[in-house]
Amino acid sequence: MPTASKRGVGTILIAAVRLALAAFPYCESAKEEAVDFILQTESLSKVYPNGTMANKQVDFAVVPGEILGLVGENGAGKSTLMKVLYGEEAPTSGRIVLEEKSVAFSSSQDAIKAGIGMVHQHFMLVPSLSLAENLVLGQEPKRGRTSFFDLEKAVAITEELAAKYNLNVFARARVVDVSVSMRQKLEILKALYRGAKILILDEPTAVLTPQETDELFVELEALRKHGHTIIFISHKLNEIFKLCDRVSVMRDGRMIGTHKVADVDSQTISNEMVDREVILTVQKGKAAPGDKVLTARDLSYIDDFGITALDHVSLALRKGEILGVVGVDGNGQSELVRILTGSEKTLSGSVEVGGRDVTNAKPGDMRRAGLAHIAEDRMTVGTALPASIEDNLMADRYYKPTFTGHGGFLRREAMASSATEIVATFDIRCNSPKQPVGSLSGGNMQKVVIGREFTADANILVIAQPTRGVDVGAIEFIHKRIIEMRDAGKAILLVSSDLQEVMSLSDSLVVMNSGKIVAYFDDAASTTDKELGLYMLGLKKQSPEEIGRVLHEKQ
Amino acid sequence: MKSNKSKSRGLFGTIGLFFTDRDKLEPALITFLAAIFSILMGVGLIFIVSKDPVTSTKNFLLGPVLRTYNFYYLMIAMVPITFTGLALCIIYQLRYTSLIVDSSFYTGAIIATAIGVKLSLPAGLHPAVAMLAAGLAGGLIGLLPAILRIKWRANELVSSLMFNYIFYFIGSFVILYYLRDRNQTILASLPFQSTFSLPKLVQNTQLHAGFIIAAVFVVLVSIFLFRTRWGYEIRITGANPKFAAYAGIPVASVALYAHFVSGFIGGLGGAVEMTGLYKSFIWQMNPSYAWDGVIVAMLARKNPKFVPISAFFLAYLRVGADFMSRRGDVAFEFITLLQGLIILILASDKIVNYFKARRLRKNALLAESAVRGVAPKGGEA
Repeated sequence: MPTASKRGVGTILIAAVRLALAAFPYCESAKEEAVDFILQTESLSKVYPNGTMANKQVDFAVVPGEILGLVGENGAGKSTLMKVLYGEEAPTSGRIVLEEKSVAFSSSQDAIKAGIGMVHQHFMLVPSLSLAENLVLGQEPKRGRTSFFDLEKAVAITEELAAKYNLNVFARARVVDVSVSMRQKLEILKALYRGAKILILDEPTAVLTPQETDELFVELEALRKHGHTIIFISHKLNEIFKLCDRVSVMRDGRMIGTHKVADVDSQTISNEMVDREVILTVQKGKAAPGDKVLTARDLSYIDDFGITALDHVSLALRKGEILGVVGVDGNGQSELVRILTGSEKTLSGSVEVGGRDVTNAKPGDMRRAGLAHIAEDRMTVGTALPASIEDNLMADRYYKPTFTGHGGFLRREAMASSATEIVATFDIRCNSPKQPVGSLSGGNMQKVVIGREFTADANILVIAQPTRGVDVGAIEFIHKRIIEMRDAGKAILLVSSDLQEVMSLSDSLVVMNSGKIVAYFDDAASTTDKELGLYMLGLKKQSPEEIGRVLHEKQ
Repeated sequence: MKSNKSKSRGLFGTIGLFFTDRDKLEPALITFLAAIFSILMGVGLIFIVSKDPVTSTKNFLLGPVLRTYNFYYLMIAMVPITFTGLALCIIYQLRYTSLIVDSSFYTGAIIATAIGVKLSLPAGLHPAVAMLAAGLAGGLIGLLPAILRIKWRANELVSSLMFNYIFYFIGSFVILYYLRDRNQTILASLPFQSTFSLPKLVQNTQLHAGFIIAAVFVVLVSIFLFRTRWGYEIRITGANPKFAAYAGIPVASVALYAHFVSGFIGGLGGAVEMTGLYKSFIWQMNPSYAWDGVIVAMLARKNPKFVPISAFFLAYLRVGADFMSRRGDVAFEFITLLQGLIILILASDKIVNYFKARRLRKNALLAESAVRGVAPKGGEA
């Protein structure tokens, strides 16, 4: 009991400190800036019908004529906030203030009329129509007084607009035939054609090559000169520093702070993004790596945009060792995990487990080969939200003789008692194992995933984003468990966008950039976050020989 | 510490019991309200159109229980819609929207007809063979839209509706060219052999042993869905197909055998209808029991255990409306209005989960203000 209350006080203290820290930048900016905001949210909250609170009393403000960066990890609530501003979602409480007038958008049409445009991450274009037709769709120019569509006028409008904003597009080409970056330019032009003064760009660089990204930045700066206001969502900090005037940070649905880019360093922002105030030291002994159990060679993958997401990646996992994968999100880590676990097929190379070739095996085959997998997205892949905790825990083993008897009948008592045991061991806080997983908090949901995968009797664990969006107490618990699994002789691949986490848990490290492994460190303690940063951003690269050591082959 | 913890679990456990029950209770309550609401609307309609609304209303609401033969008629009417309802429960557990069970049921009836007319088998065995054959055919037909969806991502609702035309006309063709009784003026098959009929449960009524078979299948499907590994696979795949694939469940084969079992039940239901109720095939058009099955499965919230209740409800409305229309001036078809209304209400997730969503929203806002120590500003939008 005393420990419990102490813990409670601790949590409140931490919350209070965080609050103060979150409020601090505001006090400061309020003093020195007497600017009017063009767009504001006041204490805006959004709760989805399933109870997820994606935005928690968010105060967000945009200065006219600026490029405002909005950063935060996946699931921090950036996209939800933008959807609310663009009228695609209705806020649950709070209000939106546009040019000092309170507004309520019932659809994105209203937002467009009010001068807000949005470019989605996934483009909203008709592939079989020409760029000009797409641009004017919904507001087509007519031939004289008839109601016939005037293609020539549409082309003229497109070319004029393109010239004005220096966004070059082929007006007559069909959307299917042009590059991703030109489609994006078209999306921006579409918003401008509809009179957007405020442009929201949702992770526009995610689909672009570095050269195209540079080009986009030049164009966006030109738009700023024209007096447009831009909200730029990204989780790549270098882009924020290159382009933005101010940056707002979101975490866990809350607005953590807003800074002038000139006054802040990337460390502060990344601290705010991932909550580094509570760095947890991980207690662990030295690793004793054993035999190789998994070898992957030359894995490649090209995504739907035609971008090479994975480019001839090779690595090996050894018993009793955690191999960490470091990299900025979206540099091939997810694809690597999906291929290793059988969820995606590789275009080249091979995967071997225990000397057996399992290239492009199905997820079930990989599991039977002794691989357990903590998926990076527990909401859409790692759990079945409407199903009970028990059913979720049994999903990879229900068919085994312990749980399925003769004639295919489930041994429900065995399932129930095994589930109850896992719930207790992994401290899953719930009212009953029959409760749907969707009703649990993020941390407990993750414990369901970990409880299942760590009791799967596997000797290889592929762990992706084990603590994303999880509360501090659960993080500590999960970290301890991962170390325990290593000490029990499991071979572990750990992928996390939390650099601190990978560095403190891993025994050895690889760094990924643009789908390639660019560095290998056989001792994770021998490097620093600064050095890793250079590799992560692609500024430094090891020689193929150095990288090749990750395969642990005797020359 | 430990004892304290278990004690607090106990407390939370009790609250939890209340809460999880609420999650199940509220949709059940709304389903019930939808049924009541539709009946009230029906009564309202009667009062608008009927010259003698009081008698009509009485006939509609009490007809099925006032006359014994009406009640037997109700029980008979429950049989086919129980089979299609069960078949659709399986499909809905998988979160597919295929309506191919209509083809399975109709073709099952055709195959039973062929066996009833052409084969000579001992009594008892004769209907059993017909049901088995009809079930197998229904199962194979059930696979078609699932295969199209898995292989070519063809929407199974669209393809199944198209297949329903195809199988309807194939069935009509078979009756017309191979099984037709040329001595009849209406379209009818040759009479079934005497060994083909199921025994009657009550003397001098039409209530046949198919009612028992339907009841057995309610139990079998409940066991299948909730007590076997295959049912587990279907439920998990339905709950989240991405998760199922990730956990190693072969989602494509799950979809296939689920459709086979569903189609089997549909086909068997068609055969039961033939062997139980008819002397020859006399359907002039497709009775489309699959559409009734949709209502039954939705009212049962895709749980086979509740299929008899919702089948009873629907049959009650039908028999009541039929009785009323024969004795008064309100047409039987008005029942379709009520059915449409029920479906409209139940098909809306937002209505069914209204209380739950409201509670979750309130809890989330409260929890956040507790963290901040301030009340949320601004009214609820």
